[in-house]
Amino acid sequence: MAELPESTATEEPIGIHVVPGRVDSRAVAADIAGSDGAAVDGAATRTRPAPAVAPPGAPPGPPPEPGPSPEPGGGIAGARSTRRGDAVFRGLSTSAGLTVLGIMAAIAAFLIYQSIPALRANDANFFTTRDWFPDPSTAGGPSVFGIAALLFHTVVTSVIAMVLAVPVAVGIALFITYYAPRRLAAALGYIVDLLAAVPSIVFGLWGLFFLAPNLTGVAELLDRWLGWTVVFDYRPDSIPTNKSDFTAGLVLAIMILPIVSALAREVFRQVPNANVEGALALGATRWEMIRMSVLPFGKAGVVSAAILGLGRALGETLAVTLILSSAYNLSFHVLEDGGITFASNIALKYNEAGGVGTGALIASGMVLFVLTLAVNSTSQYLLRRQLKD
Amino acid sequence: MTTTMSSTLRGQRLPRWAVPAIGVAALVVTAALLAGLGTWSTAAFVVLAGVLFAVAVTGASFALEGARQARDRLATTAVSTAFLLAMAPLVSIAIFTVSRGINRLDGDFLTRSMFLISPSGPGGGAYHAIMGSLLITAITAVLAVPLGILTAVYLVEYGEGRRLARAVSFFVDVMTGVPSIVAGLFIYAFWIMALGFQQSGLAGALSLVILMLPVVVRATEEMLKLVPQELREASYALGIPKWRTIAKVVLPTALGGIVTGVMLGVARAMGETAPLLLLVGTQVRINFNPFGFSDTEANPISTLPTYIYSQLTSATGNTDSPAFDRAWAAALVLIIIIMLLNLLARFVARFSKARG
Repeated sequence: MAELPESTATEEPIGIHVVPGRVDSRAVAADIAGSDGAAVDGAATRTRPAPAVAPPGAPPGPPPEPGPSPEPGGGIAGARSTRRGDAVFRGLSTSAGLTVLGIMAAIAAFLIYQSIPALRANDANFFTTRDWFPDPSTAGGPSVFGIAALLFHTVVTSVIAMVLAVPVAVGIALFITYYAPRRLAAALGYIVDLLAAVPSIVFGLWGLFFLAPNLTGVAELLDRWLGWTVVFDYRPDSIPTNKSDFTAGLVLAIMILPIVSALAREVFRQVPNANVEGALALGATRWEMIRMSVLPFGKAGVVSAAILGLGRALGETLAVTLILSSAYNLSFHVLEDGGITFASNIALKYNEAGGVGTGALIASGMVLFVLTLAVNSTSQYLLRRQLKD
Repeated sequence: MTTTMSSTLRGQRLPRWAVPAIGVAALVVTAALLAGLGTWSTAAFVVLAGVLFAVAVTGASFALEGARQARDRLATTAVSTAFLLAMAPLVSIAIFTVSRGINRLDGDFLTRSMFLISPSGPGGGAYHAIMGSLLITAITAVLAVPLGILTAVYLVEYGEGRRLARAVSFFVDVMTGVPSIVAGLFIYAFWIMALGFQQSGLAGALSLVILMLPVVVRATEEMLKLVPQELREASYALGIPKWRTIAKVVLPTALGGIVTGVMLGVARAMGETAPLLLLVGTQVRINFNPFGFSDTEANPISTLPTYIYSQLTSATGNTDSPAFDRAWAAALVLIIIIMLLNLLARFVARFSKARG
């Protein structure tokens, strides 16, 4: 939905899920056609002239109906094939919908199923342990692994990303909807969307070889002014390489920027014109108009966009894997090297993992799945509630 | 005209030339300041000039136009800055990738594989990875597109208001947020651990289906909703059954938008790395057989993202290594392919707008 082409959505605000005023006409049309669900049965017993008219009146092209093509005037045969066609098509599309639910259920089921043996073999607490040695070094030795460090760094990098990205994304959305010239707006939106087309691994390359070497100045600045918070303490042991949570968070921020701003744009576009024009007519400046009519209306939407961005950042893999140095530690100093996330841990360790190790990685993947599921569900819930009003 | 002239109806305004003039002045003053201090840095220059500009514009506006206008000017500056902030990384990535990637982007690179080439030695190319990427993405599309379009048809045409449709719609959106590595792990747990197969192109395609499906569903759904209700009603009025109305009237009308959505989905699937590392692996030879999966022998296929990753691993941080150049060249090729797909998607969307 975030990548929807601008051009289709400039004329009128399109509800993401609910288009008002359609249900009634739909029901009427379906009644007339007599082909909506249960109505089919009723319609078939009624004598209706429709089947006789249908084949000649159909659009050009060979009819893709199952079975022999009905000859014109074949009243009952036509009605039967119509009913069967509808039933088949309806069944196909319904089962496609069910497949989506099935896939989500299967993801949860298989991740849980395959992680149980590893969790049983774990000799340490899965949630509080800061080490990752699932495969015993000697036969019968202890298997010790836990997600404390993973959880910490995943959340820290994602929160950094969200804090940095959301204000900028809201600014971009406002710029495109209310500041940029009308004719340019769609093109500018497209340029921002281009950021979403850059593959994750290219972000990783760029972050590692361009951004990280150029961040030393920023890190020192943050250390000088915010170093007292301990979090921003910057005391690199050797040459500063900035393979840190902060760098990863910054790259993640850039990566979620187009997603958050596209959603914010969608929400801002739905602000009723009457509110906007009313504010301007009362003599409000553009900023006052935005503060009084746009932001209050879009608040819930922006919050859910921010949460959606957080969800994206939580699961990002390759960019983070390349940028973070692969130390398995738990460090509060976000500017210093180190840190490992759920996704980067899996990408780094799947190759050399043994039996328990693979299960342990799947267990960590399940935690990540639950985490993103919770975050995304919250976002969707808020968004739907907002759009329903 | 001189807008500083006072009027009885409107307050004083800054002249039109004032904002650009202040901008130029801010640049000059900052340049002079940094040159005077002898500590030149582009980042510092940009930040200082920006801050100076914002302060000067707001200050001038406050003095001449009053507090409300000053606040408005500050907001305008901030919002425009946000947009420029987003442009900076985009431009930087483009320049950086092109300047690094161009070193090795030649005919050899596009037509040769890494077979019999030393991983960190010179020569070789990414032909096998390009073909692998196209192949696996094509399989993904073949699986995901019909499923996605049918799901969208269900949501728009059959599901209206039903609880099941609401659930499907909700989980399609949640599925958009499933991390790629989790999709990879799921297929790993299902295909490799439970069914006992080894790495293959098909396994990778299966995981990409999970990532591509929601994109296709969402785009198709939006397009189907845009199809005018009158078209459906006209078709019903002719006595045409619902399923033929959908297949012959609704879907063709929305075709342009659906193609756009499919291409955006393809572009997303093409850039994914993590699941392919797990499920497909990398290899140095050309392999056109993604279906050759068995429980005894792995059948890896290189794709562009995994090729970049493996070249980077071969380079081991040495930026002079030929492998490093290959990684960047492959990144450039990948970006070009994805950008082309995106442009094509936009083009199709514009071209077919008359039908939607």
